[in-house]
Amino acid sequence: MMDVWRITLFTVATAGLATLLMLVPGLWLAWLLARRRFPGRVLVETFVSLPLVLPPVATGLLLLMLVSPQGPVGRVLAAVGIEVVFTWRAVVLAMTVMGLPLFVRAARAGFEQVDRRFEAGAATLGAAPLRVFLTITLPLARPAVLAAAVLGFARALGEFGATIMIAGSIPGATRTLAVAIYSFAETGRDREAAVLLGVSAVIAFTALWISNVLTARAGLRT
Amino acid sequence: MIDLDLELHQGAFTLEIRHQLAGRVTALFGPSGAGKTTVLDVIAGLRGVSRGSIAVNGRVLVDSSRGISVPPHRRHVGYVPQDVALFPHLSVRRNILYGRRHGQVLSIDVVATMLEVLPLLDRGVSSLSGGERQRVALARALMSSPDVLLLDEPLAAVDVELRHRILPYLEKVRDELRVPIVYVSHDRDEVRRIADHAVLLAGGRVVRAGSPMVVL
Repeated sequence: MMDVWRITLFTVATAGLATLLMLVPGLWLAWLLARRRFPGRVLVETFVSLPLVLPPVATGLLLLMLVSPQGPVGRVLAAVGIEVVFTWRAVVLAMTVMGLPLFVRAARAGFEQVDRRFEAGAATLGAAPLRVFLTITLPLARPAVLAAAVLGFARALGEFGATIMIAGSIPGATRTLAVAIYSFAETGRDREAAVLLGVSAVIAFTALWISNVLTARAGLRT
Repeated sequence: MIDLDLELHQGAFTLEIRHQLAGRVTALFGPSGAGKTTVLDVIAGLRGVSRGSIAVNGRVLVDSSRGISVPPHRRHVGYVPQDVALFPHLSVRRNILYGRRHGQVLSIDVVATMLEVLPLLDRGVSSLSGGERQRVALARALMSSPDVLLLDEPLAAVDVELRHRILPYLEKVRDELRVPIVYVSHDRDEVRRIADHAVLLAGGRVVRAGSPMVVL
């Protein structure tokens, strides 16, 4: 039973951290795609969505090539003493990369719902673009952005393919709910696997329910 | 005073204006599709020009030959669009204070008293009537200490009775604050009453300009 608690806590904590890490790049990308026309826009859009269509294991392999101690990013991190592969950092990285596309899509749809007249009005009143975003666009899109965060969080919770590639399944170090279910089932520990299944179901249900309530509320407001 | 010398091509529509808006209140008058709102958008920087220049009281906002185009938030232009666009998530007070500039002399008390919105300050904007919305939008634009005030049909959305109650507020702004006003309208009586310079637009060009009594 201690194991169940530890795995659940670890998964929720890493998924929560991953969601926080999605916020800044995710909001920026969502705003960029919703509000700016620039050359290469479709390319950015495609690139952001790539982890949605690529097999997660393939995304994991790509990440592994990047952050392994011999990889271009991993070498730099190793030089400053940061290990990524097969640590909790790898878990967070996999969750962030896999959750980001969903976050961007949902937040972008929210920004597109915001009437541009309000943004134009704020600009004529002297607000610079960042202030317009923080005081007008973001508050008006708040329900959609919260729903996007819940969606990203839910995706992070269930992450398996990329995680197993770069973080493995080390008990007490990198083992998340999804990975633990697989490991337990594979080694015949069916009872533990079933308990974790129940825990996953409760968390997933709660996250989706919150997301749907927020989306419905966003729909009512307009 | 606003110096306009600009060209704007947008599909089949062409706006071509070379004119000095010299009045304390300049009325842009003309049928719909004449380009009146486009002129305001261009002055406020919400729409670019194909070629030309714009200067307000001698300050250059746009000069395509020198590659100058001041972004909207640095133009110091108070714009009240036709739909007024009050921020729905902010109270009346926070709407009015949104564009307040640092170190300005005009206080919210003065503006709110003049436009009689003092009792509305702590309300949300969704409960306001049409006339109240117009006055709050006007107060909000004034609080940003604009160099020029652009008003797009401020009286079009309100009924005749309300129109006669709001006009005096506009006259107060004109007479007490000395902010030059560019006023879009298609109502002759309104223009004669409030403007001292009128520009008749049609098809994106100036047809006639001068004293409202003569032009209209």
